[in-house]
Amino acid sequence: MPTALPTLKRQQSPLADAAYQRELLEQGSERLRELPRFSARLAESGLSPLRPLALQVLQVNVGKRCNQTCKHCHVDAGPERDEQMDRPTFAACLDALRRFGVDTLDVTGGAPEMNPHFRWFVEQARPLVRQLLVRCNLTILVAGKRFLELPAFYRAQRVHVVSSLPYYEAKFTDRQRGEGVFERSLKALRLLNAEGYAQPGTGLELDLVYNPAGAFLPASQAALEADFKRELKSRHGIDFDRLYVLTNLPISRFLEYLERSGNLEDYLERLVSAYNPAAAEGVMCRTTLSVGWDGTLYDCDFNQMLELGLVPDTPQHIRDFDPAALARRAIRTGQHCYGCTAGAGSSCGGETVR
Amino acid sequence: MSQSGKTYYDPADLKKFSQISEFGETLGRKFFDWYAEVFKEGALTQREKSLIALAVAHAVQCAYCIDAYTTDSLEKGANEEQMMEAVHVAAAIRGGASLVHSVQMMNKAKSLGM
Repeated sequence: MPTALPTLKRQQSPLADAAYQRELLEQGSERLRELPRFSARLAESGLSPLRPLALQVLQVNVGKRCNQTCKHCHVDAGPERDEQMDRPTFAACLDALRRFGVDTLDVTGGAPEMNPHFRWFVEQARPLVRQLLVRCNLTILVAGKRFLELPAFYRAQRVHVVSSLPYYEAKFTDRQRGEGVFERSLKALRLLNAEGYAQPGTGLELDLVYNPAGAFLPASQAALEADFKRELKSRHGIDFDRLYVLTNLPISRFLEYLERSGNLEDYLERLVSAYNPAAAEGVMCRTTLSVGWDGTLYDCDFNQMLELGLVPDTPQHIRDFDPAALARRAIRTGQHCYGCTAGAGSSCGGETVR
Repeated sequence: MSQSGKTYYDPADLKKFSQISEFGETLGRKFFDWYAEVFKEGALTQREKSLIALAVAHAVQCAYCIDAYTTDSLEKGANEEQMMEAVHVAAAIRGGASLVHSVQMMNKAKSLGM
């Protein structure tokens, strides 16, 4: 198992408290208070209040337990986190899919595979959606006997695998995700390629996700994808389909890193200065709905971690899922939203400005 | 930082670069328009231009430029190894520029000697 760093919760850091994080981002210092409010920038762009478009993705966070404790993690996931979605809540998710239908189910965590109901959920959900994504951290596939059958399981269920790999070299990857993660990730990628992922004619999709290993914005998705394809193939014989490029949002452990390294104000100012109205128009919260491990609904996974629930008079729990009612809501925003609207934009599917 | 606590360089001043137009609007605007044009993707990629800028920043030893183009190089997808190689290129040219003049020294020394 890769070397695990302690979670904010285990460190009893004040940043383990969502309210503390929200306060820090909005009012934490004079420089932060002087930044234009995100809601004001949206209004200037003619996007206030921010409303959903047609729902395309139900993103279900099945728990905060993870075999890694990556430095940038906005979930503050780790091995000792015990928040896990239970069977009744999974059943409520399936019921919502059966009743209303959604194009894509996106299963995330923590390491979703560590939830004891994970495989059952994927088997039950697969026939209900056109596309089923699993956010797989790769090392879980080589983390022990219990997980060895997962590549074959993914193939059988035709799961679309989406995995983080901050760089095609060990130095940058391990610095962010823990010692030994890069080598274990390569091992896992080879297993997936061997099952047919990213191989011609199989239709089995394997995408990678890049995020910067520090307090800077990502480079262009096209440029990085070309680098990753060239280097992973030539150095390691590994194939993948697409690279998504994500901006680090100032939440949980990345927020803690920004504060500790003295980069918080500069980074927020950078995000603000890079605000792009075109990216704001295409933010993922307009087409994605997030479900927490306890079934609570959120506008996105980031709002979930900041415990910013949906606005009142809107269904609050997956058992009350009602797309028509949800479509009428205003999306809740905060200063952290500048992360999704910087430059070419950022989402779970990469850049949002096409 | 000097003992008095004062310094010639304040990193916060980098953000105020555009304010130089306050003392000359026309020339400032022309400079920044041209500057923006220089760094657009062209025959060279933006990453290549950023690495060139980083190297030149070290050659001219501009602290502001070093800060700006370290960040920019990372944001254009360069890694630490590539960035250091670029700085070595600058160092090699600076060192080479001195050394190549030693040919002149050698010519002179030989002309004076028996």
